[in-house]
Amino acid sequence: MRKPMIEFDQFTFQYRAQSEPTLRDIQLTIYEGEKVLIVGPSGSGKSTLAHCMNGLAPHFYPGECSGVLKIGGVDSKKMGIAELSDLIGTVMQDPDGQFVGLTVAEDIAFKLENEGIVQAEMIRRVQEAAEEVEFADFLAASPQELSGGQKQKTTLAGGLVGGAPILLFDEPLASLDPYSGRATVELIDRLHQNSARTIVIIEHRLEEMLHRAVDRIIVVDEGRIIADLPPDELIASGLLREKGIREPLHLSAIRYAGGSLSQEMNLQYVERMNLEPYRDSLIQWSETPMIESPISTSKPLLELENITFGYDSTHPVLQEISFQVSQGEVLCIAGRNGAGKSTISRLICGFHKPSSGSITLNGRDLSGDSIRERADVIGFVMQNPNHMLSKPLLYDEVASGLVHRGVPENEIRERVHETLRVCGLYPFRSWPIAALSYGQKKRATIASILVLRPEILILDEPTAGQDYRHYHEMMTFLMELNAQGMTLIMITHDMHLMLEYGQRTIVLSEGRKIADDTPARILGDAAIVEQAHLHETSLHILARRLGIEPEEKIVSQFIQSDRRRVN
Amino acid sequence: MAPRLLSYSNIDSPVHRLSGVTKLLAFLLFSIAGMISYDTRCLLAMLILSLVVFYVSKVPFKQYSFVLYLILIFAAINQLAIFLFAPEQGVQIYGTRHELLHVFGRYSITSEQLFYQFNILLKFAVIVPPALLFLLATEPSEFASSLNRIGVSYKIAYAISITMRYIPDVQQEYVNISIAAQARGLDMSRKEKLGRRLKNMAGILLPLVLATLERIEKVSAALELRGFGRKRKRTWYKSRPLTKTDGFVIAGAVLIAVAVLVITFWDGARFYNPFV
Repeated sequence: MRKPMIEFDQFTFQYRAQSEPTLRDIQLTIYEGEKVLIVGPSGSGKSTLAHCMNGLAPHFYPGECSGVLKIGGVDSKKMGIAELSDLIGTVMQDPDGQFVGLTVAEDIAFKLENEGIVQAEMIRRVQEAAEEVEFADFLAASPQELSGGQKQKTTLAGGLVGGAPILLFDEPLASLDPYSGRATVELIDRLHQNSARTIVIIEHRLEEMLHRAVDRIIVVDEGRIIADLPPDELIASGLLREKGIREPLHLSAIRYAGGSLSQEMNLQYVERMNLEPYRDSLIQWSETPMIESPISTSKPLLELENITFGYDSTHPVLQEISFQVSQGEVLCIAGRNGAGKSTISRLICGFHKPSSGSITLNGRDLSGDSIRERADVIGFVMQNPNHMLSKPLLYDEVASGLVHRGVPENEIRERVHETLRVCGLYPFRSWPIAALSYGQKKRATIASILVLRPEILILDEPTAGQDYRHYHEMMTFLMELNAQGMTLIMITHDMHLMLEYGQRTIVLSEGRKIADDTPARILGDAAIVEQAHLHETSLHILARRLGIEPEEKIVSQFIQSDRRRVN
Repeated sequence: MAPRLLSYSNIDSPVHRLSGVTKLLAFLLFSIAGMISYDTRCLLAMLILSLVVFYVSKVPFKQYSFVLYLILIFAAINQLAIFLFAPEQGVQIYGTRHELLHVFGRYSITSEQLFYQFNILLKFAVIVPPALLFLLATEPSEFASSLNRIGVSYKIAYAISITMRYIPDVQQEYVNISIAAQARGLDMSRKEKLGRRLKNMAGILLPLVLATLERIEKVSAALELRGFGRKRKRTWYKSRPLTKTDGFVIAGAVLIAVAVLVITFWDGARFYNPFV
């Protein structure tokens, strides 16, 4: 008989600040040595489920619970967060926010320090934990020197070091690029293989998690568990799509080609699944004629020529970058962290001046324009809406750019109302910003830029941290803007976004432009994919296994079907 | 990227090699002695010593230049204020009056006042270098453990150290937020009038405060999840056993502090009086 490690029995939890329970009648048992994935849309309660396991709820986020929750056989009510941390090591979603040490070694040691472990033993155990996550060479590094993936390895080692038999990951992929995300999934899998640890992962990026096997997938929706199934069975059921969770792309492609999925086909791995029943229909589907979308051949709107830039003269951040953006285009800029993606947008907006090269808009050199003058034609939307929102009321927030420009009041009102209508925020115009959801806040920041009527919108990771439904809403909104003629530049390493919405992608690596092509072709080029810290999509692998040439044919077909389904 | 202010940099020097506790104790002893004593001879000797130690530490000027300028401005204001509010303080203290120049009303420059104010300046000069050095040459994590060692609760010690850990991040956040604000037309450059500029800067404080609060919430959750505050005592990964050199330095600092106090109070007053 397997030993139950986590047992929920008729468990209900309600935050003190909420009027209704966030979790209802949870019935769930996770056994020793299992690897379980918990998925669900934002707001489904999956994070609360994690917080109940590690004790943050109700000890850190106050609330009421009823029913029973046992961790390691002990009633969780008898334990505080610290006692629970002996049983559950938690890796939270933002590796930056939980890095409490000043070096990697100290961060890993933190749990041991608090337990009062003597120094010699501490050094030995830190070394062991760092070796287990393959990170022992970085013990002396400080957090500022580390990439997101490296910080996560550190926190992971910090979770292991206490010897907890359960590891809990709360959205481990949320702030990682595709390549580091995949490396994390593989690392978690090795940790699981090499020890008897129980592993619980909360994540909505299903396709990436399924890169390595999990024993069960639990689907949470509206505070209840609505499915608890082995992966293949769950995927074949089609429930994921209903609940707004993105299924692996190759499976959507099979559905679009008219195939019906059955769990016997080893569905989750595109490399190993049985494709025979679907081969003919997929090949036929990939040959269906495409509706040619008119390629915009209008004149270049924004032009960068031989841009070189560095914060100091010896370390150029960007070297000899040239590209054009046409009126009405949707351009993605990709590349690993530190490749110069955000620097480019800052140069375009005028926050920094290039050391050499020129930036022109409609043929006019921008070098003499101040930040504010450029802001009239180029809008810049940051990733985190909280960094942009500075007024308590939505109306004032959107109006602020116009107020600073001295626009007369009646014109301000007219333009703000018009912009709020475009952004679907008009009903909320007199609301306080704090009452808006994350997605609405994000829209509010876009509205506050749109109101200035720019010709180009630059968006830094417009969909980061959003689940599929919100991702979809945001992108539909941006595409509507684009249809009205807005030129979009998106800085992103979300491959789905690039593939589904980008017309063209520029890839930067170490400050140089290494590719400028359609997203489908770029994602099919192994060398570029690696340099940009992306990874191959399952569509490309599918195409290769079926012998479809060129591979991007299946990608374009997929996008066309996907758009049709949605519209 | 702007050089980070008052942050530790990993330099190999005799000062950096000392344990954090040693540096903290030496700094405390030195500043207490410097604050109590008005003995010009002692202060001069201490100034020379602290400048030598500063030189030995090899800390680059760039890292503390801004703070140094601030302190200099503050010292100048302080000097002016002393003269304005207590122009005869020196005369009172030293008991003689050698007038050099009459300014107006009750204000005249006397040798005694000049000497007194010179002593105040000297005290600044004695206390500031060790304070800067302690901040610049102590690894932030050792900083917490050394505070804890001399009896400060580890929770407070860690709060200080974690604040230092997040200063660079908050600085980066400030840059990002101000960039976003500028893009919407908030001008924070010198082109804008000062009043307007300050108002504009205040506008970006709200998002910065909110972002910082969010950060604090996350960090405190992370701390709790890893058993922080569970026991009354904790150990430190980075704590270093005291070496012989540490012993010498502590003993030396104690000796100097005692000597300074003995010399200062030898004749019964805190002030060295060259006028009698």
